[in-house]
Amino acid sequence: MSRFTPKVVTANALLEGDVVYFTEDGRWSRHHTEAELIEDEAHAQLRLLDASAQRNVVVGAYLADAKAGPRGPEPVHFREAFRTRGPSNYAHGKQEDPQNV
Amino acid sequence: MYKYNDFDEAFVRERVAQFSAQVSRRVDGSLTEDEFRPLRLMNGLYLQLHAYMLRVAIPYGTLNSRQMRALALIADTWDKGYGHFTTRQNIQFNWPKLTDVPAILSALADVQMHAIQTSGNTIRNVTADHFAGAAADEITDPRPIAELLRQWSTDHPEFQFLPRKFKIAITGSPHDRAVTKAHDIGLRMVTNDAGETGFEVIVGGGLGRTPLIGHVVRAFLPEADLLPYVEAVLSVYNLLGRRDNKYKARIKITLHETGAAELTRMIEDRFAELKPTFSGADQHLLADIRAAFATPVFKTAPTKAHDALRASDPVYRSWADTNLAPHRNPDYAIVQVSLKAPGATPGDASSDQMRTLADLAQFWGHDELRISHEQNVILPHVHKGDLPAVHAILKKAGLATANIGLISDIIACPGMDYCALATARSIPVAQQIAQHFDALDLEHEVGEIKIKISGCINACGHHHVGHIGILGLDRAGVENYQITLGGDATESAAIGEKAGPGFAYDEVVPAIDRLIRAYLTLRLEPTETFLTAYRRLGPAPFKAALYPEERDRDAA
Repeated sequence: MSRFTPKVVTANALLEGDVVYFTEDGRWSRHHTEAELIEDEAHAQLRLLDASAQRNVVVGAYLADAKAGPRGPEPVHFREAFRTRGPSNYAHGKQEDPQNV
Repeated sequence: MYKYNDFDEAFVRERVAQFSAQVSRRVDGSLTEDEFRPLRLMNGLYLQLHAYMLRVAIPYGTLNSRQMRALALIADTWDKGYGHFTTRQNIQFNWPKLTDVPAILSALADVQMHAIQTSGNTIRNVTADHFAGAAADEITDPRPIAELLRQWSTDHPEFQFLPRKFKIAITGSPHDRAVTKAHDIGLRMVTNDAGETGFEVIVGGGLGRTPLIGHVVRAFLPEADLLPYVEAVLSVYNLLGRRDNKYKARIKITLHETGAAELTRMIEDRFAELKPTFSGADQHLLADIRAAFATPVFKTAPTKAHDALRASDPVYRSWADTNLAPHRNPDYAIVQVSLKAPGATPGDASSDQMRTLADLAQFWGHDELRISHEQNVILPHVHKGDLPAVHAILKKAGLATANIGLISDIIACPGMDYCALATARSIPVAQQIAQHFDALDLEHEVGEIKIKISGCINACGHHHVGHIGILGLDRAGVENYQITLGGDATESAAIGEKAGPGFAYDEVVPAIDRLIRAYLTLRLEPTETFLTAYRRLGPAPFKAALYPEERDRDAA
């Protein structure tokens, strides 16, 4: 049986479109490190349902692969890594605030 | 230039009011995302990787100075001070907030612009030759026809729910600068034996996951029959086009599944039915539209300032020789303004640059600007005597890069830096290639070459028709770039051939470098372009340069 890859729930904020992450206490954070790292598949599905229910706060919630890091969960795939920062051609998006990098 | 009549004005304003109310209902929870999504897409609003993105149509690529200033104002007020010009003659704003979009649409309506039908399964912005109305080789200005098509297709009730999006391109020149052979319908103006002008109608071209060159369904269509004929094509497609599979829904697939002969017969039959129902109102309307596109009154003045500076200033000469194109009036020139300074993001213009371009158009360019599908800006009518002044101002604004048609004049889609569909980045690849050849000071020696980069299989960056095409993919969680060779976007259109295995992100520039050095060795003389050399020699020597390990292994 293949091991479950840990996940975070992520989406875009309805008003700004900014990338957000679902926390353990059911908030939406702008920081990947504050996301709940979900290590169980059944729990992941439940958390995705909880997150998707907040349909007037976020758009397009989904589960993304993640791994534990020293400051909290970190992305695995490069697409998710870009989403934590912003584009590479200008320092726009999350990386505008140096706290986010 | 075409000016909105009362009907156009009321229609666009009403749509802004409707969308404002829809945004309010989305924010207060009356509309779910599933309900709202098609409504926002109808108005050009996407949700991308980091933010919303608003795609605004620049009909047939034409803008006046007032419109360009409005785009600058929008960039400053509601975005991050810049805009991105696309391969479909649109401008995209990458950072609007949902609740600001109604105000942006209202600001656009103030200058007779909108974002209607820049998304969704409808007839998209009709694109045209960016030299329209100015080119020395043009038969007639195709923009009145493009405007007629815009009016006919906007909110056309029969064509709001097509099987898939539908793109039309038009050129009035035998030399195709509008990539007509890679559109759902391509219209190429031609003259028949009797000397009458009409259109060659090309159907079923397109890039994306199934790249195909369009098929000529009518070699000569009289101009007056254009609207009923295009309606016949859409009508047949609307009925036959597959709605069960998104990847087989474009007319190019319909054409291949139905057969070109059968599809052509069906189009002709439908045309025979439709033609009598056109009372001639479209031709009256076209006559009015034509009046709005009257050729500017060109001035008669000395051009010697241009000749003198060209003779004395090598920087100016390089710019003039590279970025100017022949105008139908020999005292005038078409100025191509490069948005591809080495290291810049292809197609991006800052609000300051937009205002500079607006000023130049207003004072020296008969108030006209064009956006090319190659993501540059055109001043179509500049008197040669004014060129030194125009160049000086462009230089100050960082807009005088002399690289049109050269290796750093790269088409690149937004890729994974912005786009939710992308599988890899395109912008940094374009930046690195441009900077590499700039540092080597090699690009004028390399000469004419088109590099086009897409960040996914959908091919917004036209990689299939690049002399060198680069396609960014996700291979097992790592960016990987596939190279195609020998593509061509002009009247001799061709789809590039895949060269071989893909390259890692940091291997792309060295691979392109090897390819270019091989070309420099292989060409017969400096005037033999990369594409001509490729056509003469075939892919083998170029593949050998791309994959030296394989060549060495074969030799061992």
